[in-house]
Amino acid sequence: MADKVLMKGNEAIGEAAIHAGCQCFFGYPITPQTEVAAYMSRRMPKVGRVFLQAESEVAAINMVYGAAGAGVRVMTSSSSPGISLKAEGISYIAGAELPCVIINIVRGGPGLGGIQPAQSDYFQATKGGGHGDYRLVVFAPASVQEMVDLVQDAFDVADKYRNPVMVMGDGMLGQMMEPVEFKERPKKELPEKTWAANGLKGREKHNVINSLFLKPEELEAHNNKLQEKYREIEKNEVRYELYNCDEEMDLVIVSYGTLSRICKNAIKMLKKEGINVGLIRPITLWPYPVEAFDKVIDKTKNGFISVEMSCGQMLEDVQLAVNGRKPVHFYGRSGGMVPTPAEIANKIKGIVGGAK
Amino acid sequence: MYEAAHGRAPAVATGIKRAVPDSVVFTYQGDGDLAAIGTAEIVHAAARGERITTIFVNNAIYGMTGGQMAPTTLPGQVTETSPYGRDVKTAGYPIRVSEMISTLDGAVYVERVSVDSVPNIIKAKKAIKKAFEIQLQGLGFSLVEVLSICPTNWGLSPNESVKWLRDNMIPYYPLGVKKDATTGEVK
Amino acid sequence: MANQEIIFAGFGGQGILSMGKFLAYAGLEENLNVSWFPSYGPEMRGGTSNCSVILSDEPVGSPLVVDATTVVVMNRPSLDKFESHVVKGGLLIIDSDLVNREPERTDIEIIKIPAQKIAEEVGSKKIANMVLLGALVEKTKIVKMESLLKALKEHGKEQFYELNKKALERGAEFAR
Ligand SMILES: Cc1ncc(C[n+]2csc(CCOP(=O)(O)OP(=O)(O)O)c2C)c(N)n1
Repeated sequence: MADKVLMKGNEAIGEAAIHAGCQCFFGYPITPQTEVAAYMSRRMPKVGRVFLQAESEVAAINMVYGAAGAGVRVMTSSSSPGISLKAEGISYIAGAELPCVIINIVRGGPGLGGIQPAQSDYFQATKGGGHGDYRLVVFAPASVQEMVDLVQDAFDVADKYRNPVMVMGDGMLGQMMEPVEFKERPKKELPEKTWAANGLKGREKHNVINSLFLKPEELEAHNNKLQEKYREIEKNEVRYELYNCDEEMDLVIVSYGTLSRICKNAIKMLKKEGINVGLIRPITLWPYPVEAFDKVIDKTKNGFISVEMSCGQMLEDVQLAVNGRKPVHFYGRSGGMVPTPAEIANKIKGIVGGAK
Repeated sequence: MYEAAHGRAPAVATGIKRAVPDSVVFTYQGDGDLAAIGTAEIVHAAARGERITTIFVNNAIYGMTGGQMAPTTLPGQVTETSPYGRDVKTAGYPIRVSEMISTLDGAVYVERVSVDSVPNIIKAKKAIKKAFEIQLQGLGFSLVEVLSICPTNWGLSPNESVKWLRDNMIPYYPLGVKKDATTGEVK
Repeated sequence: MANQEIIFAGFGGQGILSMGKFLAYAGLEENLNVSWFPSYGPEMRGGTSNCSVILSDEPVGSPLVVDATTVVVMNRPSLDKFESHVVKGGLLIIDSDLVNREPERTDIEIIKIPAQKIAEEVGSKKIANMVLLGALVEKTKIVKMESLLKALKEHGKEQFYELNKKALERGAEFAR
């Protein structure tokens, strides 16, 4: 493991973005993600790139809009209340079809909430947050290494589809240190940014960055085009992990992010008691990995359980994916309470009826 | 007591004061809060001459989040997000909030004080009293900027911090009444 | 060794977080899977501080340690909070110079070290954390002392290396 280094999740995000060619970073302090901005303030000037602390999250996301429209790779980072403020800008960015990466290191809400780990921004990330018919690609890494890989992928996916990509983790992921490796990555073939508003560059017409379509026909046509793009993303970009799903199962857990690791511990505990439980771990929260459910649905006796650090937000997507074919259960903690493996195992025993 | 979203206290205070005009309403805001994310709210509350009082605590840093650069951070000052010292070429210049607010007609009383010594603390107390009196008289918006220390995030002992405030902050942020419309005084 | 889950706890400023970090670096040195997770937020400043460290042959599950194989405490509130988190048969290491009560558990192994006194003998109370860490490594054999020293050399302040090394050795000696 010679080339592995121990890094804090938040710092690894920054380094991953630098590796991916992020040219500008616009941030604003908020716990538990402030280390991203702190890291970027140290590193970006050293590599001749731009770090700027904005006066607010509203300003930061609009700086992102400006830089993304000019065709450079750009990232911003925040935590829940800050993402709420960015929602307007994210909608504009999606409407204007600009690529960028947005980090959300989630804390408990609503309102000012708390600063401990939570997953309560699932709806906000996957179902809008801002206004209008837009979609955000949402990556949910479960380890610092996966965070490093997905942040880099996020820039590629954003550029490929001209769409904002969010990488979402909880406070644990941002604050913990784990070994990471910055692997050599094959260079992706990506479309040239001929749409960028960065000067005429010999073009006949100025490029315009815009999301305003006052004629209903034109706005609908624009929306239809966006929808086509979203269908394309759904086809190509779904990512998930199946864990312990090969044999007949008593139940299948659905869980993402660091919590999925706690669920794996619970699965190991249950195995010792003769209860076989599988795990679907969505890595993309949107597009949601519906196909993962189809793969395991005939192998689970008691259906599924959505395990969340929120009050039943992902549960709705699990229900949609299962579509009444099997029972769907729920276990969630919130407010920064992190479930223990034993707690999850107990809940599952209650459903499947104790040891076999 | 209301807890407002970061920077929005003057808007929340406006809502309270308009709903219950005979209540005494004040906001208590840090420099990151008031001079960064909440600039629009404070400027417009002052411009409207809201009959509220703002106590503005300026410690030249974001304290709560662990010591990042604030709009009031001095040129060259090292913070977590200005690790090489605030470079005015990229991070701009500190904002003198009291002077800025004084330019607004709705602001009736604006004073900058400091809590680095007993005489200054007594002056601060007087200023705050006066600011509230102005609100009670229904004259308009009042603001007291209080220069204060942040030993933890400055990385200094309390004694060193007081010295740092005197040597660095007061020269940049001169103390005194910036505006008193009750006497016609504008500095 | 399959899986070691450790909680370090004390006041901010006692070097709780760095104790955990050095151990994590030592684990990395030995090709183990490791994680380090601190308490965070305003509560850290001046108040209590703790971190969870996991070293394992297998991929690390939750980075937040609840059932600890070892707990190291450097003050009374930490003992109150974390004594119950030691698994049966696990290890509790106490800085007996700073904790003024006896632990209640009888189903675990307990080491009480006058870490402040030992650290002072070595050179500075500031390195009491290293005395405790030395005892932990000696008792659990979780990593080799060489790996820990290498971690100290690479990631610690150079001017404290010799002092830290001595403190680790004294702690290990105490636990032997
Ligand atoms: C929308 C939003 N963004 C960021 C934060 C995080 N945050 C909490 S307090 C604070 C600023 C602290 O600095 P300051 O206002 O100067 O007050 P001090 O702590 O120094 O007294 C920030 C950025 C938040 N609560 N809400």
